[in-house]
Amino acid sequence: MLNHKDILSTIEMIDQQHLDIRTITMGISLLSCCDEFHQKACMKIYEKITRYAEKLVKTGEDIEREFGIPIVNKRISVTPMALVAGASRTKDYVPFALALDAAAKACGVDFIGGYSALVQKGFTEADENLIRSIPEALARTELVCSSVNVGSTRAGINMDAVAMLGQAVKDTAAATADRDGLGCAKLVIFCNAVEDNPFMAGAFHGPGEAERVINVGVSGPGVVHHALQAVKGQSLDVAAETIKKTAFRVTRMGQLVAQEASRRLDTPFGIVDLSLAPTPAVGDSVARILEELGVEVCGTHGTTAALALLNDAVKKGGVMASSSVGGLSGAFIPVSEDEGMIAAARGGTLCLDKLEAMTCVCSVGLDMIAVPGDTPAETIAAIIADEAAIGMVNNKTTAVRLLPAPGKTVGDTIELGGLLGSAPVMPVHPESAAAFIARGGRIPAPLHSLRN
Amino acid sequence: MNAIVTVLGQDKVGIIAAVCALLAKNNVNILDISQTILQGAFTMVMAVDVGKAAVSVDGLREQLDVLGNEMDISIRIQREEIFDAMHRI
Repeated sequence: MLNHKDILSTIEMIDQQHLDIRTITMGISLLSCCDEFHQKACMKIYEKITRYAEKLVKTGEDIEREFGIPIVNKRISVTPMALVAGASRTKDYVPFALALDAAAKACGVDFIGGYSALVQKGFTEADENLIRSIPEALARTELVCSSVNVGSTRAGINMDAVAMLGQAVKDTAAATADRDGLGCAKLVIFCNAVEDNPFMAGAFHGPGEAERVINVGVSGPGVVHHALQAVKGQSLDVAAETIKKTAFRVTRMGQLVAQEASRRLDTPFGIVDLSLAPTPAVGDSVARILEELGVEVCGTHGTTAALALLNDAVKKGGVMASSSVGGLSGAFIPVSEDEGMIAAARGGTLCLDKLEAMTCVCSVGLDMIAVPGDTPAETIAAIIADEAAIGMVNNKTTAVRLLPAPGKTVGDTIELGGLLGSAPVMPVHPESAAAFIARGGRIPAPLHSLRN
Repeated sequence: MNAIVTVLGQDKVGIIAAVCALLAKNNVNILDISQTILQGAFTMVMAVDVGKAAVSVDGLREQLDVLGNEMDISIRIQREEIFDAMHRI
């Protein structure tokens, strides 16, 4: 028989500590939808997505109700669109984005990811077409998310792609200027992108994946924060153990939901992504966990070490709780989506350079950071290059999702609404890296032998 | 199938009676029951068998919601597996 206390602790986690399943994401391969004629390809895409994901939202809601655990998002990820669209004669890929948007709306999901290209080593013609179309595609759709992988530990960094994407970020902001550059919140630039990530905006269904699959992303910064409050002042070993135990519980719940969704949708279970994904709600912040560990304000000295401990403990606890772990798995630090980060950025303690350092030890990268609207494309490209270099050398995924809000400058705040939150505009260095970016070419892959 | 019913709220006369009556009316068997007062708040946890229930679990949930609103307490019914997953290896 279950213990009264255990049952009430679960209820309290859900009611007061924002415990939830952040997303059930169905990955769908669109490789079978290639067609010489893009209208026909788009019809096949729409038909396949709506057929496979027809019951996704309903199933998510059923599980939510029966188990009494909130499932915040239901999403779809698809094959990187450049691989599918490349078969068509057209050079204009926006219709593919419109088809994804229409399919996502028909299924009732929150987002669809996979308007993507993988260009770490070089471009195909299709990759270039897709990257060029990103600003218009994101401006003309609501639910489509785009990502581009510009580097990897094995291939190095494609600096021509980095330069193109610096411009694409600017153009996307301009194309959605009426919404504070909201389009940029749906564009992620990766190094070492993973193929089974269920989280947006960077989700896509990698070419090495099965026909369709269910991936689940768990969350729970509030639960970890609460657990740490009970071990105030004790050694960091105790803190790490506490985080591990909490992550284990949270992930067990994710595993249960993933298996249940997989069974009901008759779709193979892929992975559970062990992530601490914050929301702008008070009590659901990763920054506040770091502060609970003992740094006065997130971003001050000690923050990187605290984050390293947190990130590692989350993985160690979670990995034992799931039969298959993947995705990004770690703590996320999206500034606009984290109440504590917003406060720390507003107070001036958390700056872009510190965030860059933090990305060396945690999941993903410079995420949801507002920068001045007049930041040059080359500076954005240089920020992308720095972040990609961290990922490339350290054999980890890194990403950049910057928001150069048109007309906004340091001291302003941009409001994105909902889970995307709000972001104080952070300063960037005024000195230029234009000559570095203009060189183009490739940064060679790092040496990973001769480690002594 | 087993489910867990939890009742939380301000203590008052008749909570257990009302919840048990509702469950009995729907042919839901109570397997275990534990109740306590934590800092003035009434908390009750029941394990129930809904396998032979006269209504679906969703129907039961709706009835419990109505009762909860009437008595100004929170009543929820969740499948047992969620608690097993989190607290049992």
